[in-house]
Amino acid sequence: MLALDIVPLWAGVLALSVFMYVLLDGFDLGIGILFPYAPDDASRDQMMNSVAPIWDGNETWLVMGGIALLAAFPLAFAVILPAVYFPILFMLVGLTFRGVAFEFRHLTHKRYWDHAFHWGSVVATIAQGLVLGTYVQGIPVNGRVYAGGSFDWATPFALLTGVGLIAGYGLIGACWLVMKTEGPLQDWARKKAMTFTFGVAAFIGAVSIWTPFIQLQIYARWFAWPNLLLLAPVPVITLALFAWLLRSLKARRDVAPFLAALGLFGMCYLGLGISIIPMIVPYSITFWAAASSGKSQTFLLVGTVFLLPIIVMYTGWSYWVFRGKVKAGVGYH
Amino acid sequence: MSLDAVFLSRLQFFWVVALHILLPAFTVGLASYIAVLEGLHFTTGRAVYLRLSKFWLKVFAVSFGMGVVSGIVMPFQFGTNWSRFSDMTADIVGPLMAYEGLTAFFLEAGFLGVLLFGRARVPPWMHFAAAVMVAAGTLFSTFWILVVNSWMQTPTGHAMVDGRFFPEDWIAVIFNPSFPYRFVHTVTAFYITTALVVAGVAAYHLRASRFREEGTTMLKMAFGLLTILVPLQIELGDQHGLNTLEHQPVKIAAIEANWETQGRMPLLLFALPDERAERNRYEIGIPVLGSVILTHDRDGVVQGLKNWKPADRPPVAIPFFSFRIMVGTGVAMLSLVVCSWWVWRQKKFADARWFLKLCELASPLGFVAVIAGWVTTEVGRQPWVVYGLVRTRDAVTPSLGPGDVVVSLVVYIVAYIVIFGAGGYFLLRMLRAGPVDKPLASGPQQAATPARPMSAAEGE
Repeated sequence: MLALDIVPLWAGVLALSVFMYVLLDGFDLGIGILFPYAPDDASRDQMMNSVAPIWDGNETWLVMGGIALLAAFPLAFAVILPAVYFPILFMLVGLTFRGVAFEFRHLTHKRYWDHAFHWGSVVATIAQGLVLGTYVQGIPVNGRVYAGGSFDWATPFALLTGVGLIAGYGLIGACWLVMKTEGPLQDWARKKAMTFTFGVAAFIGAVSIWTPFIQLQIYARWFAWPNLLLLAPVPVITLALFAWLLRSLKARRDVAPFLAALGLFGMCYLGLGISIIPMIVPYSITFWAAASSGKSQTFLLVGTVFLLPIIVMYTGWSYWVFRGKVKAGVGYH
Repeated sequence: MSLDAVFLSRLQFFWVVALHILLPAFTVGLASYIAVLEGLHFTTGRAVYLRLSKFWLKVFAVSFGMGVVSGIVMPFQFGTNWSRFSDMTADIVGPLMAYEGLTAFFLEAGFLGVLLFGRARVPPWMHFAAAVMVAAGTLFSTFWILVVNSWMQTPTGHAMVDGRFFPEDWIAVIFNPSFPYRFVHTVTAFYITTALVVAGVAAYHLRASRFREEGTTMLKMAFGLLTILVPLQIELGDQHGLNTLEHQPVKIAAIEANWETQGRMPLLLFALPDERAERNRYEIGIPVLGSVILTHDRDGVVQGLKNWKPADRPPVAIPFFSFRIMVGTGVAMLSLVVCSWWVWRQKKFADARWFLKLCELASPLGFVAVIAGWVTTEVGRQPWVVYGLVRTRDAVTPSLGPGDVVVSLVVYIVAYIVIFGAGGYFLLRMLRAGPVDKPLASGPQQAATPARPMSAAEGE
């Protein structure tokens, strides 16, 4: 064991990668979910253009999250992925169709690839929600091996989180459009954002009520004294964010709704973390038990400390190059 | 071989990697080619380089997008189907793959947007820099993933505790014995693959008397590179083979279908290996040449397959034939390069129709060689996943039943046929349209703008 325990640091890097992915690909996928309901074809082109230069970078966080899990917490990687064998399959195939549609729809059979873009996004989103639900339910382990079956993810709770994530990604997708577009498309996106806000509120409520009854450990953690008091800010801030979101949409603000929606994702993520820490495989393997050796973690940490700030810098630069509103007709290709 | 989860997972891995590898095989070289074109345009200001760069960028965008989405599938295969492998080796391969993400994926993704869409938004030197960054990203990616692959072939620098691998010396892990050979051999193969495609596209248009300036420029650039790389690659391949003989002699025995340990070994041109009878049928060979190539000595002794227990031998027929396909394509490429010197001396590059036809026919040879070489080295590594230490059958996810993998395999097969079928069709259409300075449109407006090359492409 090293003198310095770097496991918490890696837990932080992993948490950040997954969260970055959820936020960034979340609004891309949200645009895919909203896609067929857009007012007209020109709006659809604009929606696509608003994410075309950055979706690839956003999806890179998924690879990074997966590989960070493999590198820093290999036991968790080896146990969790078999448990979600089919959701991962659905997600990958969904992401594949959605990803190639960005290029293919400009070439021929636009309508087919628009369908591929929409349904790929929907399937990938539900699959990610299924992964989340399966994870919260708990993953049975025997020694270093997954002990459940290949269909443990097919439960009503996981299905609820699957559909719930559609509302969540739809919301940040709509808020992204409010920020990046103007005119009739922006008005339309604002209306959608309003609808999805109520959807998200319903799902967050349902999942929050159901979760403690799925896992008694979570029930104990939430409702034991003084936790009840310490954790009280989470639902309070969540409610405040909902209020800010609705008000800023009504006040026709550009950026505030997007920030409020991101805040809501942040609170849900925080709530998940509070419920399962220090477990990385709920509810049997801790971050420390799943960690790779100190030599592996240190070797990778050296590079990460040096490279991550550079990555953030040029990713930010790329967003800055494509800043501002997406104009109709000013596309690419 | 029964249809168990191990075999089906291997089939699935073969399918998703085989199709994925076609894209880096092309885009690694293409990214460098685009960076060179951008650099030439930036320094000389000649318009032809800009037209070519814009053309190949469109092709790159589609191929790279397909490469990204099919590449994301790969690391997840490690977890879903090969979770025991992941648990045993992640302390080594995990950080290496993470370095691929940190040094390559973000670099490519971050600068690709600027390269594709930012020409009007950033100064020219910055656009050129973005092209260089994307090219560098593809090479970094190749570096790290081949480190992982090579370590599985010739593992060094680790210690084993309770059946798991732990790093002892990272330099020894990264620069394991087969890595330097595999890396230069693979990158050279990727560059050759791209150069052959560029030459084939140029030839296609020159034969139809289109894009004379662009076509001639592309042909000269492609054959300038091939003249250096194809002979070099033959030498590199020989060195890689000798390295394999030193570290994985049983793989060489399978490649040569050599059952007996012998000196003055013949080089078999054809044979039907019979693994049960431990001998070959219908052998056609050149006496002594095998020993000369492998040991650089007429009397050099080469180990035969019978030196290993049957359970420790790889399949024989697959590496034997895939290796011969790879070498055959290499010979064909060398012949084409020799022809190009002749045509070049005659100063008839754009008019030697027989030569242009040959270039067109040769354009997919690089892909054939890459797949054949990859099959040779991976099947030759069997029955091990980490050579000599972990068997492939012990690496698979225990909770998977054959039914699970049949379903996922069918889904991947159908999805990839649709995606790669459509992608291949689009790419062919773009290549046949050529470096026209207008976006490839679809739908009815196309008929209204009768750009000649485009209508020629449609008329095919």
